[in-house]
Amino acid sequence: MTKAAALSLRYRLAVLSRVVAAVVGGYGVAVLLAVAISWLLPLSREEASIVATMVALLGLPVAMMGCFYARTALRAWAGLAIAAAVLAGAAFAMGWRP
Amino acid sequence: MKPGFRGAMTWLHDWSGLVVGWLLFVIALAGTLSVFRSEIGNWMRPEARCCAVDSVTAGNAAVGWLSRHAARSPAWYIQPADARSATSYAVWTASDGGYAQKWLDARTGSPSTVRDTLGGDFFYRLHFELEMPFPWGRMLAGAAAIAMLLAVITGIVAHRRFFVDFFTFRAGKGQRSWLDAHNLLAVTALPFHLMIAFTGALTLANLIMPWGALSIYRGDMEAIRKDLYPAAIDRPAKGIPAPLAPVAPMLRAAERHFGGGIAQIAVLNPGDAAAVVSVTSAEDSRIGIQRQTVSFDGVTGRPIAVHDEKRPALRTFNFLYALHTARFGELATRWLYFLCGLMLTALIGAGLILWTEKRRARRQGFGFALVERLNIGFVAGTPLAFAAFLVANRLLPSALPERAAMEVRVMFWLWGAVLLYALVRPARRAWREVLAAAAAMCAAIPLADLLTGEMRPDSLHIATAIFALSLAAGFARAAAHKTAAA
Repeated sequence: MTKAAALSLRYRLAVLSRVVAAVVGGYGVAVLLAVAISWLLPLSREEASIVATMVALLGLPVAMMGCFYARTALRAWAGLAIAAAVLAGAAFAMGWRP
Repeated sequence: MKPGFRGAMTWLHDWSGLVVGWLLFVIALAGTLSVFRSEIGNWMRPEARCCAVDSVTAGNAAVGWLSRHAARSPAWYIQPADARSATSYAVWTASDGGYAQKWLDARTGSPSTVRDTLGGDFFYRLHFELEMPFPWGRMLAGAAAIAMLLAVITGIVAHRRFFVDFFTFRAGKGQRSWLDAHNLLAVTALPFHLMIAFTGALTLANLIMPWGALSIYRGDMEAIRKDLYPAAIDRPAKGIPAPLAPVAPMLRAAERHFGGGIAQIAVLNPGDAAAVVSVTSAEDSRIGIQRQTVSFDGVTGRPIAVHDEKRPALRTFNFLYALHTARFGELATRWLYFLCGLMLTALIGAGLILWTEKRRARRQGFGFALVERLNIGFVAGTPLAFAAFLVANRLLPSALPERAAMEVRVMFWLWGAVLLYALVRPARRAWREVLAAAAAMCAAIPLADLLTGEMRPDSLHIATAIFALSLAAGFARAAAHKTAAA
């Protein structure tokens, strides 16, 4: 009973925020990971994109875990934003235009 | 959420596992049965005797039937009968624009002598299409694969005493026993669980993670297709009628080139001057052997394109893909996949039940009730429904219109009824009754086989009967256990 009462609205919203961060944000970072690796690898287009896809599919659960390991929901979002910026920047430098 | 890395990951494991657990349970069980997709097909089409016809004869017969009955289709795709499958499978574009599919007699190429059923392909399709329209079912299955990968990784982190628990099973202790069972099943086949989750996501990567390829090809789908499948010639029809050259010599030439069997025959623009026959090799017992494709000009019968995969990343991808589908395996390998798949299914079921057992002593609100009812409808209801599919195959009259669809409908109606039943009945009774029904339905599989006179004393029918009866005994025991506990 006390445990249920302790689940305040604030806590619930923080968990919801992490869930959205993990599912939407985590997927977004995985997509950028796939894009960045495709452009960075010095391979033929099909080889680079295959490697990128495999790495991105492994990166997705790791990014999701990071969102729940972060000390606060805000930090989870900040981590995603930094990862997205680095990956997008690297791809952009190699000639990718969204 | 709980503090610390392990705490956070345990929390994530419990909740991600719960949210996708029911879906994963169905996917895992259907996938496990798909390992014996051809064999289930043979069991469900007892009219077609297994398996005296070679792929060249079967492919040739299928092409013959299609040229008489589907001449206007822009393409035919055929999986010829082989040493495992008693029937050939063909899919083409019907006159109304939709897809038509039939299972054809290996020798005559005609579907009329074989009963109309989806066979093992029902479980195979359900495994990754979930009876939903393209692409939604595949996308959902892909998302479920990612969630499973997440659950496996976080489960490893959450698991405290990895090797000690391997030797621990405390029976008859409620929550403890379910946790022990969950851990034991997880640890025993852990490499399989990790592999099957990752490679499962990989098989659907073109839908759930196409962005790397789309970005570097700047959205040029045609160029992607050309680079990935260099020997899959797709030239437009010329509009000039021309007869298709005999297919058997092309198939034999392809077999000589592969040094092995044929998995698929694609005939593009049949009856047109621009016809193409593309033959893809079967994966044999050596997983290192890559799928190869040879394309022939459909009118002259001369080879026009050959592709043997040499690119390392694509070879890796194909290897991982083959690792998931297990088409490379000998019988022993397939049984190993089957057992690991059963363990995976059972561990998901134990995990779902564990979620309720952990919380039973605490507050039991709406969420708890919903989870418990869904557990009944899926953990006991899915095997019941799948067994009913096989029983319906024996009991529905062979002349019934839309017979194949009817088998599927019987299964889903029953499943829906079980889910509703579990919602309204007291949970403990519903467990007992649905488990008992599942036991009865599993026992009915060999019984229906025997009573309809289709049972033959061969390994297929005997293995099916033994497996179904073992399941029936297991479910009956579980039902009795629920009775004793109640």
